[in-house]
Amino acid sequence: MKLLVCVKRVVDFNVKIRVKPDGSGVELANIKMSMNPFDEIAVEEAVRLKEQGKVTEIVAVSIGPQQAGETIRTALAMGADRGILVKTDATVEPLAVAKILAKVVEQEKPDLVIMGKQAIDDDANQTGQMLAALLGWPQGTFAFKVAVGEGSIDVTREVDGGLQTVGLKLPAIVTTDLRLNEPRYASLPNIMKAKKKPLDETSPETLGIDVSPRLKVIKTVEPGGRKAGVKVGSVAELVQKLKVEAGVL
Amino acid sequence: MALDNETMQGLLESVARFVRERLRPLEHQVAREDCIPAEIRREIAAMGLFGLSIPEDYGGLGLTMEEEVRVAFELGKTSPAFRSLIGTNNGIGSQGLIMDGTEEQKQRYLPRLASGELISSFALTEPEAGSDAASLKTSARRGEGGYVLNGTKRFITNAPHAGLFTVFARTDPSQPGARGVSAFLVEAGTPGLSCGPIDRKMGQSGSHTSDVIFEDCHVPSDALLGGREGQGFRTAMKVLDRGRLHISAVCVAMAERVIDDSLRYAVERKQFGQPIAEFQLVQAMLADSRTEAYAARCMVLETARSKDRGADVATDAACCKLFASEMVGRVVDRAVQIHGGAGYIADHGIERFYRDARLFRIYEGTSQIQQIVIARNMVRDL
Repeated sequence: MKLLVCVKRVVDFNVKIRVKPDGSGVELANIKMSMNPFDEIAVEEAVRLKEQGKVTEIVAVSIGPQQAGETIRTALAMGADRGILVKTDATVEPLAVAKILAKVVEQEKPDLVIMGKQAIDDDANQTGQMLAALLGWPQGTFAFKVAVGEGSIDVTREVDGGLQTVGLKLPAIVTTDLRLNEPRYASLPNIMKAKKKPLDETSPETLGIDVSPRLKVIKTVEPGGRKAGVKVGSVAELVQKLKVEAGVL
Repeated sequence: MALDNETMQGLLESVARFVRERLRPLEHQVAREDCIPAEIRREIAAMGLFGLSIPEDYGGLGLTMEEEVRVAFELGKTSPAFRSLIGTNNGIGSQGLIMDGTEEQKQRYLPRLASGELISSFALTEPEAGSDAASLKTSARRGEGGYVLNGTKRFITNAPHAGLFTVFARTDPSQPGARGVSAFLVEAGTPGLSCGPIDRKMGQSGSHTSDVIFEDCHVPSDALLGGREGQGFRTAMKVLDRGRLHISAVCVAMAERVIDDSLRYAVERKQFGQPIAEFQLVQAMLADSRTEAYAARCMVLETARSKDRGADVATDAACCKLFASEMVGRVVDRAVQIHGGAGYIADHGIERFYRDARLFRIYEGTSQIQQIVIARNMVRDL
């Protein structure tokens, strides 16, 4: 069984995000970038499925500038077999990403596509769902646990009420939640071996996908600082405030 | 440099992340229990950290000296006990074998040292001989089909866990100096080899040293390193260059770690209505520490590059060890001072680094030995 895992290059989760002075977005110059943590979980799950003998080949795909190749190398160091970089310097929105991935899926014909439920930069949480719709494939989003069967996959999902398990027929799309697994550290020998694994390059133009934006960023602002609290004199006053001012009771 | 920049960055980031997420949270536990958890030891092995300097043909990473010190700059940013675990396999415990071992000896041991399956120890120091090879008392006399070893080695790092010892012993009693010394590869479990109780130390808990005792310990003739007698001291001296650079890099890393801790503390801690980082006397300590650590980092990198180009760096490596170990002593002392009372309290871990750092001025050649090596070489090379 062949598996496609999608990885995005994002600002490292340890970095303190700063808004550009003109409000057009966040500062990306000279900022440490890493693999989206949810995608790391997707890669880990893919590698575990391969270690269990359920998967024979893992292809890691990323869409972005030349440096997104480094993110693919990280996936290769964790255990993916080869990579595909869809190179573009343009801003790609979730729908464009889904269209590009649909095209890659058409060419690669994987039995399973795994990706993070969302990327920590714009938190859109759309790509997996859009890809499923474009391909007409079943989807298991927010995966907490996956079990691959014969031509099918059971995905246990984290939903508001608790856990829900859905059975999907392959091929299918799975998006990963935080608690699916704990990603491994790429070992030093594997980082060195990753350099020798194949990494192909293509582009949205070659794939015939129009990535022109359909959304417009109006403004980007820093989160407002935390406001000072108030001291209440009695329990009665607290209940009153929760009821009337906070409106939570 | 052997590795391309992208791969090297990947390597350093992976080590930095492992240190930050896995090792740093365990610093207090390792110090308290004087033990590195078995699970962490396995993770360290899986990361490939035991084989940094072992050639790729034997299952290691085959890093250049510059690459190795850059990894040490990251790995050293936590308790030195973790670094010490992998230290002997990468340094004094394997380098003799790599440089002077026979092909058969390399095949037999290096892959298992690189994977961490086998821990190695370097058994040179004795109760009455450290850097002074002339006084080496452990003897190896020819016996049936090999040699018989007798003597005691002292302060041997990782000895209680070692599967392989590089042992320096006198094969020729008529040669009182360095030329009578040979090196042997002795496996743990060889009858007549035993370890003393684990030494109780001032710091670096979690890293273990002990005596290693040889009582009519019989080893086969192919245990002689390189198959030649009288080469032992030369081997030991070559090994020490690499070890001294590695230790210097660890000193830089620890200095940078405690400077970072001190800076964060100084920015947070308020006195007289402002952060203590605003006070010039505190600033002076921060600036001096930063400057000295940076100087040491530059020395180590420059000497490592020089070694990679094939230059003889014996003098420069001794300069690095002397400066970097004395430097980290001063830096960690200032770190305690900047932390004030908190620096003296165990919870902050600064007093632990203060005790841990003291060893750097002593082992792999004391500061005084480094001074002698440097000055003697200067006179010799005039």
